[in-house]
Amino acid sequence: MRVCLNPQGRELQIDGVARVGDLLRRLEILPGTVLVIRGERLLTEDASLTPEDDIELRSVVSGG
Amino acid sequence: MKCTRCREPAEVKLRAHNSAFCRSCFVFFFQRRVARAVEHEKMFDRASRILVAVSGGKDSLALWEVLAEEGYTTVGFHLALGIGGYSSRSRERTEAFAAKRGLDLRVHALADEGLGIPDIVSATRRPACSACGTFKRHYFDAAALEFGCDVIATGHNLDDEAARLLGNVLHWQTDHLARQKPVMQPRHEKFVRKVKPLYLTSELETATYSFMRGIDYVVEECPNAAGASQLTYKAVLDRLEDTSPGTKVGFVRDFVVRGSAAFARDEEGDSARTCEGCGMPSFGALCSFCSLRAEVDRKLAARAKPAPTPSNA
Repeated sequence: MRVCLNPQGRELQIDGVARVGDLLRRLEILPGTVLVIRGERLLTEDASLTPEDDIELRSVVSGG
Repeated sequence: MKCTRCREPAEVKLRAHNSAFCRSCFVFFFQRRVARAVEHEKMFDRASRILVAVSGGKDSLALWEVLAEEGYTTVGFHLALGIGGYSSRSRERTEAFAAKRGLDLRVHALADEGLGIPDIVSATRRPACSACGTFKRHYFDAAALEFGCDVIATGHNLDDEAARLLGNVLHWQTDHLARQKPVMQPRHEKFVRKVKPLYLTSELETATYSFMRGIDYVVEECPNAAGASQLTYKAVLDRLEDTSPGTKVGFVRDFVVRGSAAFARDEEGDSARTCEGCGMPSFGALCSFCSLRAEVDRKLAARAKPAPTPSNA
């Protein structure tokens, strides 16, 4: 599946992950620090993923 | 995963609240949480005229939308900081947000004074966040006075407050700890109350609300934020929160309830004087904003002077 990391705008091709929780673990991203977006919906950690998915991982962290 | 309230499929899980929500239940939860913070801390009431400081980010725009929909009288105030494309995009998003909802927005652009945050940083070598904070405080206070508002609401969220609290504790900045409250009462007749209605609402929640409500906010970070210590504190707190959900809300809420009173004696006194530069309250002859401006003007003027030639050196 194609994964876009924002705000960096980095794109990755990730295969072999069945659920959102697996994807976050693979990328070493803590749940709660990103929105997991597929189309117009947000996904929870237990949501299933398919190889055709287009996922945006949008950081929620702001400030300086 | 099912919504804790209605059993429909959930879109967000909030481990700190041991809950999951579908879209409509989350929006209800979020709005109620903000309303409860406002009421519990007596931040303002229906008669108040609220200046909402809006940056174009998720927190302040979400706050403005909730307050406006709750029926409060709001005036949005955006300070355009002159930080290149980031500031341009922040202003555009804020203006589009206000126009779409028919909200009253006032904008002040530092560029109109020929001075942006990058100019100040380059002239004084101060950290950008420090200069930015001084400017924001001044312009928010001045805007509240100019637009007849009796309270200033900012979008500081739970993660901001937890990171700030951690930093203040690590360095035992007792005067800062004394001022870390969700409601800061004015200490001069030209100042108004400052409130943080999102102080117990996490960044995950404000981002989720903004996404669900179709708020087109600026996702990119301020270019000056890279390497800021607040981001390091946030990363540490995120680790703690992952191990022990609810850590951040407990840290901030319990400090406000049980800890902050212990530092009250370290709070700075009243600003008894009037700034000779801008007429706002001040501790000295010049307020911190006018002192900074004077320093910038001095250093820019020194730079502009032609270098001495060998004949007159």
